[in-house]
Amino acid sequence: MRKSTNQKAWWLVAPVLLLVAFNAFIPLMTVVNYSLQETFGDNVFFWEGVSWFEKILRSERFHDSLLRQLLFTGMIIAIEVPLGIAVALSMPRKGPWVSVCLVLMALPLLIPWNVVGAMWNIFALPDIGLLGYSLNSMGFDYDFTQQPVSAWMTTVLMDVWHWTSLIVLLCYAGLCSIPDAYYQAARIDGASGWAVFRYIQLPKMKRVLTIAILLRFMDSFMIYTEPFVLTGGGPGNTTTFLSIDLVKIALGQFDLGPAAAMSLIYFLVVLLICWVFYTVMMRNEEQ
Amino acid sequence: MSRIEFKDVRHAYPSAAGQAPVYALKEISQVWEDGGAYALLGPSGCGKTTLLNIISGLLTPSEGSILFDDREVTQLPTTERHIAQVFQFPVVYDTMSVFDNLAFPLRNRGMPEPRVRERVTEIAAMLDLSDRLNQRAAGLTADGKQKISLGRGLVREDVNAILFDEPLTVIDPHLKWQLRSKLKELHQQIGVTMIYVTHDQVEALTFADQVVVMHDGAVVQVGNPIDLFNKPRHTFVGYFIGSPGMNVLPCKLENGQPVFANNLLSSGYPVDTDISGKLEIGIRPEFVSFCDDGIPVEIEKVEDLGRYQVVTVKHEAEQIKMLVGEDQSIPSISPQIQFDPASLRLYCDDWAVETPDA
Amino acid sequence: MTIELRNVSLRVGAETHIYETSLSLQPGQFNILLGTTLSGKTSLMRLMAGLEKPSSGRLWANGAEVTGVAVQKRSVAMVYQAFINYPSFSVYDNIASPLKVAGLPKKEIDAKVREFANLLKLTPMLERLPNELSGGQQQRTALARALVKGADLVLLDEPLANLDYKLREELRDELPKMFADTGATVVYATSEPLEALLLGGYTATLNEGRVVQFGKTSTIYRHPETLEGARVFSDPPVNIAAIEKRGDTAYLSASVSWNVPAKLAAMPDGKYKIGLRPHHLSPNGAGVEVDGEVQIAEISGSESIVRVIVEGNNWVSETHGIHSYEFGQSTSFFFDSSRCLYFDANEMLIETQL
Repeated sequence: MRKSTNQKAWWLVAPVLLLVAFNAFIPLMTVVNYSLQETFGDNVFFWEGVSWFEKILRSERFHDSLLRQLLFTGMIIAIEVPLGIAVALSMPRKGPWVSVCLVLMALPLLIPWNVVGAMWNIFALPDIGLLGYSLNSMGFDYDFTQQPVSAWMTTVLMDVWHWTSLIVLLCYAGLCSIPDAYYQAARIDGASGWAVFRYIQLPKMKRVLTIAILLRFMDSFMIYTEPFVLTGGGPGNTTTFLSIDLVKIALGQFDLGPAAAMSLIYFLVVLLICWVFYTVMMRNEEQ
Repeated sequence: MSRIEFKDVRHAYPSAAGQAPVYALKEISQVWEDGGAYALLGPSGCGKTTLLNIISGLLTPSEGSILFDDREVTQLPTTERHIAQVFQFPVVYDTMSVFDNLAFPLRNRGMPEPRVRERVTEIAAMLDLSDRLNQRAAGLTADGKQKISLGRGLVREDVNAILFDEPLTVIDPHLKWQLRSKLKELHQQIGVTMIYVTHDQVEALTFADQVVVMHDGAVVQVGNPIDLFNKPRHTFVGYFIGSPGMNVLPCKLENGQPVFANNLLSSGYPVDTDISGKLEIGIRPEFVSFCDDGIPVEIEKVEDLGRYQVVTVKHEAEQIKMLVGEDQSIPSISPQIQFDPASLRLYCDDWAVETPDA
Repeated sequence: MTIELRNVSLRVGAETHIYETSLSLQPGQFNILLGTTLSGKTSLMRLMAGLEKPSSGRLWANGAEVTGVAVQKRSVAMVYQAFINYPSFSVYDNIASPLKVAGLPKKEIDAKVREFANLLKLTPMLERLPNELSGGQQQRTALARALVKGADLVLLDEPLANLDYKLREELRDELPKMFADTGATVVYATSEPLEALLLGGYTATLNEGRVVQFGKTSTIYRHPETLEGARVFSDPPVNIAAIEKRGDTAYLSASVSWNVPAKLAAMPDGKYKIGLRPHHLSPNGAGVEVDGEVQIAEISGSESIVRVIVEGNNWVSETHGIHSYEFGQSTSFFFDSSRCLYFDANEMLIETQL
């Protein structure tokens, strides 16, 4: 349906445009400015050109934190997506338990992120935390403050606990939209449970899953609060993900130039992956 | 292939504790002969879909039993009843090709691949889908998808019956007759029991050898199309079949003969004079005609339908519809009508009063 | 309110949804848009309502131009095929909604709602929600909402298509009565020729975005100006065949021929087309005899509809009485040649029946 265009609408959008300009565009330009120059404060700038970018792209520290980030994002998506689908499949779609399940699933998403970090910090403490103590008393040598493996495990576990619900709720919505007739027809066709999943449920959830994966990718790639509160990036720098590293450089060392360059590279990486994702998704739609 | 029998089946949907159960399906005892073409005809909410789901096993009746060839199947799950069902909205597996869709039920049952190929090609030819076997199923039109749904039922060799739940609902009106004819053709070719649920009398009367007319959860009449039309045993059948439906008019009995509007209607109806209850006569619009000396009426409306005209007349408070031929003229001065006595039927409390020759 | 479309067309991108057309619709009767599913009925209705702007042409209502006027400012009501009601409002509130928008006083709203609820037999259901009603009742609610508005233009887009057969018959009977006294212009879209004939009034036949013909329903039916018009306005489909005329005889094939009416005889020899309505082709009777190979026989109440192949053409015969045939059986069929509609090489009607 074609609606008639109304030019007055632009006036209504103007305040938002101003706000976006102030909050996003101008700061972004400032960062670009910093990334191309060197400063020691007092508003004295020396032109550096692209040398910060070169330094960052060559620095081992950057490569390390990028790899750590990619590993982390890969792990949580690999765990959260199948788990989320499985939970969504097992949730009832009719009856009195539906609202109970939905509320339970929504709860982790409502907790402020630093509280999540703090919760898991205490929960995982090797001497007084429930998780930490249980694992140690079962014979595992667990201490997330000292051991990299434990720290990774805990961080991943925390993210899975926090965010799987998002995937569950999105997939559940997709599942609920499948009419009963499909299941009945599958029964009549003698389809096994796996066949029903593969040929009916999964295709219908495809759209929803794409959005879920995209959201999780973006969020986890930019993750800061929870791991920072949980491990502070440690032990050492074993759980120092990209954004944590960035903040360390910018605010810790006050190297504004490299920090600005790094954040731009960071921004472009995320943008690139999202664009690839989006294009693939759109091409699938057209098919 | 088998003979399906319903014994005292009743079904009530679960109701709140303390409340009397509401029966969606009242007492039904019915036999569906092997290889027959049946239609379940009735308005929305009459229980026909419930009945169909009980046959296929998607629903277990709250009372009664179902037998396939004298074998009790009431508790048997759907997959073991060897039933195929075509739903109102086409159900196809979008990600698969047409070929794979048709092969799906066979592969699930472990049929060897060469036999699968043979069977699918055979059925696809019957349904005129041969040239689209490699297309993605999602890309077909509605009637193509319904054919796939139908094909998935036909492709199995062990099918006891094929059930249709208003399958032509989503089909384009001018393509409906094609699919209807195709179904009838298939039935003649394959000879498997087919049970077809619809609210459309044309679909039912065209497709079926025996039509089961349902009303309010009960079976009102079972018969072939001709009998249902000429000898409706319940006023509902008379009303529902035929377009426009039968005229049902209140009457009285005098000396065993029905009288309407002070006109003695000779009907060859020697009836027990002590019948009591709501008495009505039923006469189809086709059998009402103008005459020179009959019941005086006023003409309310004339509709030109091409092949005939539908004239709505009124006698006092009663409205009567009649069918008049294309070229026949309609009297404008004091029109009078008569009823063809051979087609007159008497009803008491909605059920037909049987005459000796009925 | 008289609605006039002058040279109106609708193009979306590269596709033309409505080809240039001019129509004039009068109040007080049913104006029917008849055509198959994608013929443009809904697009045309949306143009009339003001939901779409025409790519060219102008719209006039009651002598005033309304082409650019927003739909909210026009006096229009629309009822759709899918029963559309406000799901969270009761039947009462649904019917009252246009009156509340118009700002009428409460007492008046109440009186009007009850009046129309009564007319549409909804009084016992006024407190229920739409999803607690049957299909027929939901559609009646939508109709009541359209009626109560007292709009000058009422558009009904295949409103009965989703209802049971018998319910459709009943509502179809009642609809003209409901709108008779309102003085509104009613436009009714349908894909069933029978509905058009039953509702009477005026009909516009549509085919692929083109208005083929517009006029009194029975005239359009009996004198379709073009072969296309005959095709659209026929269910079962009209029997078409090519004939060759030599002198005053028409030849369907070497063995089947008949004398043509004087008007056609006077025209040049050559190829023409005939259209024959299915109920004029019958297995009994007299007239021109043709051999038909039976494809399928269908029964509808007391009528038999037989599809046959006659001289290579797919024809349909509709007769009273139950006749049964075998697939592939060859039988004789007859038709009265005076019932034939003749069309020239441009598929225009040659008026031989007046």
